[in-house]
Amino acid sequence: MKKQTLVIASLFTLVLLFVGGSYFYKNADHSIVGEKTSALMRPHAYVIGNPNAKTTIVEFFDPACETCKSFYPFVKNILKQNPDKIKLVLRYAPFHTDSYYVVAMIEAARLQGKYLEALEVIYKYQDKWASHGTPNIALIWGFLPEVGIDIEKLRDDMKKPEIDALIKQDIADTKTLGVKATPEFFVNGKPLVKFGFKELQALIESEL
Amino acid sequence: MSQPQKSSNLVWITLFLCWLTAMIATLGSLFFSEVMLFPPCVMCWYQRICMYPLAVIFLVALLSNDKNVFKYAMPLVLLGLFFASYHNLLYYGILPEAVAPCSQGVSCTSDYINWFGFMTIQLLSLVSFVIVFILLLFLKRKAS
Repeated sequence: MKKQTLVIASLFTLVLLFVGGSYFYKNADHSIVGEKTSALMRPHAYVIGNPNAKTTIVEFFDPACETCKSFYPFVKNILKQNPDKIKLVLRYAPFHTDSYYVVAMIEAARLQGKYLEALEVIYKYQDKWASHGTPNIALIWGFLPEVGIDIEKLRDDMKKPEIDALIKQDIADTKTLGVKATPEFFVNGKPLVKFGFKELQALIESEL
Repeated sequence: MSQPQKSSNLVWITLFLCWLTAMIATLGSLFFSEVMLFPPCVMCWYQRICMYPLAVIFLVALLSNDKNVFKYAMPLVLLGLFFASYHNLLYYGILPEAVAPCSQGVSCTSDYINWFGFMTIQLLSLVSFVIVFILLLFLKRKAS
């Protein structure tokens, strides 16, 4: 074989391997199986929708993450369109600075029966407290009373060791499951391989 | 086959192997970050800066039969070797991570892959740079 032909043939082969490999990787079954399934769902996780629903969406989110905020109404809408069929399990992936404390606030609000209220108000003012470069979670205290959360009680509850343990478990589970970015969705144990609104919708519909 | 012809063939094969190594390392690292979505850490980026141009430099040298490629490639290989060695020392805990520029974002000591119990991404990188380094030294001796 001529030398130049060999070079060009190798180049072609390598690029083809790359493209083919990408295709196979994306289409392969990445379902969470075996011992990892316990990391996907914990009894402590907050569940929206029918707890006995057949289809389970597990979402790992960070309250400071903008994409999580924009996915929240989208997923909620899917839940609304399929009452009884789908449940959403909310898990934490507090990757941003200080997100750990924001998650603790949400969990403490849960003790007052205000989980979703706290989450929604925190998302609502996200651009104010979670601005890039200078996150200021202290601002959140000012927003929470809007939905009737008792701030004094919240501050005390946040220090509870069970809340700390719960968040640490979620963080450990992100490592087990390989969650590296938020939001990360798993529908019936199948991760969203290609990220996007349409892709999530398609994945959910295929599991319904 | 005459002696100079044989030596020139050897040079070409060496250069070809250099290019193959750089090309596989480049596409492999792109596969990790773009397909498997492993975020590259700071150290990985420095090594990429050294490896990616090599894939192009060696290809041009191969196609134009340039014997001077050692001069252009070696500085990048040395830099890459330096970063890859540093990265591996960090990973194996020989250097403390606190002194590394990796405190934010992805840690340079996270484990994404671990083939056969020891093959990590940073070790693959080091091995590629070492291979190219040895091949280039050999090339220099044969070409001059």
